[in-house]
Order: sequence, then structure tokens, then C-alpha cells
Amino acid sequence: MTERPEDLARKGWMSLLAKAPPARLAALLPDLPETALLRPAEVGSVMVRGRVGGTGAPFNLGEMTVTRCSLRLDCGAVGHAYVQGRDKDHARRAAVVDALMQTPEAARVEAQVLHPLRLEEEARRTTRAVKAAATKVEFFTMVRGEDQ
Amino acid sequence: MYVAVKGGERAIDNAHAWLAEERRGDPSVAELTLPQIREQLKLAVNRVMAEGSLYDPDLAALAIKQARGDLIEAIFLIRAYRTTLPRLGASQPVETAAMAVDRRVSATFKDLPGGQVLGPTFDYTHRLLDFKLAAEGEAPLAPQVPARPEPVPHVTSLLDRDGLIEAAPRDDAPPPDLTREPLELPANRPLRLQAITRGDEGFILSLAYSTQRGYGRTHAFVGELRIGRVLVEMEIPELGFSIEIGEVELTECETVNQFKGSKTEPPQFTRGYGLTFGQTERKAIAMSLVDRALRWQELGEDFTGAPAQDEEFVLSHCDNIQATGFLEHIKLPHYVDFQSELELVRRLRAEAMQMQEAAE
Repeated sequence: MTERPEDLARKGWMSLLAKAPPARLAALLPDLPETALLRPAEVGSVMVRGRVGGTGAPFNLGEMTVTRCSLRLDCGAVGHAYVQGRDKDHARRAAVVDALMQTPEAARVEAQVLHPLRLEEEARRTTRAVKAAATKVEFFTMVRGEDQ
Repeated sequence: MYVAVKGGERAIDNAHAWLAEERRGDPSVAELTLPQIREQLKLAVNRVMAEGSLYDPDLAALAIKQARGDLIEAIFLIRAYRTTLPRLGASQPVETAAMAVDRRVSATFKDLPGGQVLGPTFDYTHRLLDFKLAAEGEAPLAPQVPARPEPVPHVTSLLDRDGLIEAAPRDDAPPPDLTREPLELPANRPLRLQAITRGDEGFILSLAYSTQRGYGRTHAFVGELRIGRVLVEMEIPELGFSIEIGEVELTECETVNQFKGSKTEPPQFTRGYGLTFGQTERKAIAMSLVDRALRWQELGEDFTGAPAQDEEFVLSHCDNIQATGFLEHIKLPHYVDFQSELELVRRLRAEAMQMQEAAE
């Protein structure tokens, strides 16, 4: 499936919101606007798939918990969210952000919510990567007696 | 035979109340919190997620607390909860080649792109009790060095390039799901992998060990073991495109096994595959050995009668919830069954004694 550029941008922020720590998202966006719920927050599961040998046929690895929500702002913008875990507030907030990103509020929401979340996700990733790098093995070859 | 029996309600209520008190233990000792279990008993949480077949560290921590640390009981609680959740969909297959690795080692190649990364491992520890942990101390800090972003390709893809190992060609056939349809034999490889990844670690470990000791030997090397985080992406129907719905920690093990070649295939290595939720390395290695042993027919090998080669044996007995359910039910009241057995034995004894008397 080819993705349109506007879909790609939306995919970016929805993906970011799905993985955001719920408490952090709540801190960045404490007040929620009036919304009409199209699909109240619902906890469910998604079957995670892997591939045989990493590259072959798909197989069912196990499920993960996911919460989804759809809502509409007064201005008519519709927001959707699928977030990891069972936090309904997380899903509602993520859907509000998705909706706001389709309104003239987008620049403010990007600066106030998405930008900090993106930096923090990057930082979490880096924190593990630098610890992993410190455990990388540097092999060296011992000089044997008969070679001298 | 099951017969409804009334009575015992008060005893059951009181037993459960005592269970709650015993669970709490000495009230002068601080109560365990779920974040403590999630953060400090992480490998127990990982095992419960892997065998409970549901990735949710908070729920696994709750199950461990409720089960008083009995992991099979905790897995049972997770499996029961799982059935209450509506299924929102299935993810796209995760890209383990793009894993953000905490650990990545190969027993077959010393120098490989991306390097050997030990990660937070028990390997090379002396397995001596560390009494410092008995006292509270400052939180330890891991050393850090700048990380170069570089690809960490699968070791098997390096061998695949030279045709030295069997290919695992991409395929997009929807896999069977044993949580939706009862397990039917013979099973294909995707169904076997689903059963084994949620199977009991001890059972899979013992089977894998049996292959190493000669019961269905496959001469496995760990081509690669990697642990880290992968993004989970799913198509969202109302949007018409896919988004990342989360990130999960996985352990992946790929074995490289001896293969002599056949009439149609030139000599090349074959593969066994293990993929499990969380940092669950013993399980992933064992899974890859059992996966390989079960492939004897596909690879034209002999069936030697080894348990690890017997699909029916492995798949019917690897699930610890099925096993414990059937095992433990025999402790529950079977008064009527037993009554009939008792009468049968009495009758047989009486007959036997009569015959003995008649003979004398």
C-alpha cells in the first residue's frame, strides 16, 4: 500500500502517542476539550505476529493489550487512537491529540505535546543503546609463543 | 463422572480468607507493590507474559502477586483474563532484523556486522550468592559508551547470501491460530511455533536437552541470539494505513544445524527458530532446538522415536495450563467415581475369595 504524505505524518504522531507513557501525556495535555465519543475507549488485544526464521511465513506469537478510542471535536475533526496497554485515559487523550492535529491548533499541539514526547522517546532509546554499546566485545588475539 | 455436591461453602470462604492473609504474610513487613514486581522481578514477569501469551507487564506483575509467586498459577490467571478481551486485530509480522538490541551474540561467528553485544546477562557471573543484595544499597549504574547507529543483520542472512543455509523465503499466508481453532495434527510450522512459544519453559527445556543428549540429535549451534525491542505495527481499518501500536521486548534465537543434503538439495545448513516475549533466553534457545527436531520429516531425516521428534507428543503436552488443569483436577472430589471403584474392588475380592475357598 502506498501512503500519502499526509497519512505518513498522521501515522508518525499516532505511532508516537501509542507508545507514550500515559502519565507523561496527561502532564503535557492536562485539559481536554469537549468531545463527542464515536467509540468510547475500549480495551482489547492484538495478536502479535512473527515470521518463521525472521523472514519466512508469519506465525502467531502471542497477544498484547491495546486500547482504542474514536471521538469528534466540536469543530468536526475526528480523532482515532490505538495505544499500548489498558489505560482508557491514554487512549482518549491520544484521540484528542489526533483530532487537534487536524485543526489550526496543530502547531501548538506539536510544540506542546508531540515534540517533547518525540525527544523523550529518542532519549529512552539512546539510554539503552549506550549501555548496550558498553557491553560490546572487543576481541583481541593473544600472541602465541611459537610465533615470536 | 462429575456430580453436583452441596456443602462446604463456609469452609471454602474461610480457606480463601486465610489464603489472602497468607498471601500478605507478616504484616510488619512492607507489602510488595506491582511496580516493584514489574521492575525487580522482571524475568518472572517475562515468563508469565510469554507463557500467558499476553504482553502486558503490569498485568503479569499483578498475576504474580495474586499467585503468591507461583508462576504457573500466574500464567493461568493471565490466560483466563486474555479470554475476556475482544480481539482488535492482528499485527503485521514484527521485523526482528530491525530490533533495537540490548543483547546480540553469535556462537558461530566471532566478527560480524553489528558486533557481539553481551547486554544485561547472567553469563560469566560466578553464580555465587551476592550478600550485598541482602542489604539496601544505592542503585547501581551501568557504564555507557557512545553508540554508533549501525545495522545488525541476522547471522543467517550472511550465510544465506552464499547459499550455505536453507532459505526462509517470505510468505504472507495467514497463519493458523490455536487460540481460535482447536489444535489439529499434523500441524504446520507456524502452528507448532505458536504452541511452543507459549509452552512450558521447563518442558521445552527438557525436550531440547534430550535432543542434545542424542534423542533426535540435530547438532545445533546458536547462530544468533538477540534480545531487544521491536515496534508492533497494525493496519487500522478506519484509516486505511498502518500505525505503530506499541513496542515489545522479544528474544530471538536461530540455530544453525548440520545437514547432509538430499537428492534434491545440495549440502547446506538447516535452521531452527525460537521467538519469545520478553527477555526469556533459555526458552528461546530451547524453542529453536525443539522446532528443528520437529522438522525431521520435511528435511527427509529418520524418525528415531525420540520424544522431541514426535509432534503429537510435544504439542499435546507443552501447555502447562492444560497440563496443570488435568493433573490438579484429580485432587477435587471424585466421590462417586471412587465409590463405584470401591464397589468393584469389593466384588472382585469377594469373588476371588470364593474361588479360593472352593479350590481348597
